[in-house]
Amino acid sequence: MNSATMSHLSAIQTTISPRLANNVRRNVKERVIEFILMLAALSAVATTFAIVAILLYESLSFFKTVSLLEFFTAKEWTPLFEDAHYGIMPLVAGTLTTSAIALAVAMPIGTVAAIYLSEFASYKTREMVKPVLELLVGVPTIVFGYFALLFVTPLLQKVFPELPGFNMLGAGIVMGIMIVPYIASVAEDAMRAVPMHMREGSYAMGATRFQTAIRVVTPAAISGIVAAYILAISRAVGETMVVAVAAGQQPNLTFNPMESAATITAFIVQVAMGDLPHGSIGYQSIFAAGLMLMAMTLFFNILGHIVRKKYREQY
Amino acid sequence: MLTMDKQNLIPASSAKASGMDDLQEVRAMIRRHKRKDILFASIGLLALMFALLTLLTLFIDLVMDGYQRFNMEFLSEFPSRRAAHAGLLSAWVGSLLVMLVTFLAAVPMGVAAGLYLEEYAPKNWFSDLIEINVTNLAGVPSIVYGLLALGLFVYGLGFGQSILTAGLTLGLLILPIIIVSTREAIRAIPAAIREAAYAVGATKWQVVKDHVLKYSQGGILTGVIIGMARALGETAPIITIGALTFIAFLPPSPIGTEAPFINFEWLSSGFTVLPIQMFNWLSRPDHAFHINAAATGAIIILVTLLMNGTAIWLRYKIRKNIKW
Repeated sequence: MNSATMSHLSAIQTTISPRLANNVRRNVKERVIEFILMLAALSAVATTFAIVAILLYESLSFFKTVSLLEFFTAKEWTPLFEDAHYGIMPLVAGTLTTSAIALAVAMPIGTVAAIYLSEFASYKTREMVKPVLELLVGVPTIVFGYFALLFVTPLLQKVFPELPGFNMLGAGIVMGIMIVPYIASVAEDAMRAVPMHMREGSYAMGATRFQTAIRVVTPAAISGIVAAYILAISRAVGETMVVAVAAGQQPNLTFNPMESAATITAFIVQVAMGDLPHGSIGYQSIFAAGLMLMAMTLFFNILGHIVRKKYREQY
Repeated sequence: MLTMDKQNLIPASSAKASGMDDLQEVRAMIRRHKRKDILFASIGLLALMFALLTLLTLFIDLVMDGYQRFNMEFLSEFPSRRAAHAGLLSAWVGSLLVMLVTFLAAVPMGVAAGLYLEEYAPKNWFSDLIEINVTNLAGVPSIVYGLLALGLFVYGLGFGQSILTAGLTLGLLILPIIIVSTREAIRAIPAAIREAAYAVGATKWQVVKDHVLKYSQGGILTGVIIGMARALGETAPIITIGALTFIAFLPPSPIGTEAPFINFEWLSSGFTVLPIQMFNWLSRPDHAFHINAAATGAIIILVTLLMNGTAIWLRYKIRKNIKW
């Protein structure tokens, strides 16, 4: 080789290879960053797995002592007593009763408010009310617990003098009020998504606003509205502080809203407030109750998604 | 719809009888329908007002019940057996420290996850799995996060009933909120911005860091504020991990007087937070404590409303001001 080629080669080496090396370094850095970001995204999956794993693990120990048959058929839930019974039904009854009252309050009011907001209210009103509804959704639930115990229950006691201080009626009503903004907001979104030409078609046929809202817009948006109801049920079932404060702490197999009864969530709170040794049957019982709660809300959540997917209107 | 209203729209029997009658009947029908319209509009307005006035009633009720405790003493005293001298000092300090941990845990993680899902994730079953998980996590009752924390953080990892445990628990709880708002903010950025950056030789990370993240930070901030407001008000998961309700001491200060000026002892300290203090006072039979609970509730509601209000206002501003 002559010296000219040598100098040529070295020139290539000094000019290109640092850039190549830089490129390699840059690529590695890119890959590392992507990997780190993926790990962060995987945290969501990890959380789900951890929830299921912990609930199942502690519940399995629980079901070594308690048979599934007893869990689902026994009529008493007294895991902390000397004479322990492990029937989840009283807690499920309390949960379903308070949720049913909440839904009975929230569904009509929420739906009517949504229809009004979407079909009757002026643009200005809607722009003002929507953020307020969002604000209402953000109010901490413990505050609603106060409202149920010290405002609504005394009010109800004036109508029903025999109503106990802790009762499912007051707790359910307040829970319903709590859910109204949620239903109104989600149902309104579903109705706004109905294309304008469907309304215009209806008006062109001489229909009034009310007729259009009830017979055209509502049927077209029904999947979204029903999904809002189902997700609201799921919220009511999982709601904790209102019932823990105002519905009572005594498991009670009844569907009578005038009585006091503990819900699944109220029971977990009650046990957690006490000092329970780790690994005892009482400790495990809150995980079994939690598993039941998780199963119920998961059922409603999945149902909500199916309804929304399956009955989605194709415009 | 028309077929259902046939009798109303075209009174067939009298159609040929007299045109005058017809017209009157149609006018009567229109009046009837208009009345229905107005009736329903008033019911709708009533339903809406009911929802809105409830918050107002609730807030006024809380302030009326608790106004006598609105003074500096209430914020600077520890809880006490005597209601009139009990204060919120340990509760608000605890809330502040727990929220600090929550912020540090949830925000980097949530933003990173949102970035990955929007900018990096390939469209396959793996990304679908993550997406479904995020959606489902948002629907998990908060008390279940408490059970997770009790099994995993308190006993599994041995963090105990500490500020660290509470902060991480709430961090997991608000993670879906931050992920979703990050993704929404990123999705609003037009592809042209990215393409312009790529065209001048930027790598993917440079595009993400210098452009995507920069233009979406307002939207992300909105989600962060809403998430933190949620964390401030959450009670159930923190009760479940076994937070104590009667705390008459402050955690060790995070800022030391000697080098290295920062210590982490406070992370493992016992604590209480505002909503738990309120729950504690609320569950006592003595009415004097209910006054304290009302005052605490008013403070919680004020702070969360301010935070959520800021977030909503911020989002409104962003929507209005940004024109790509």
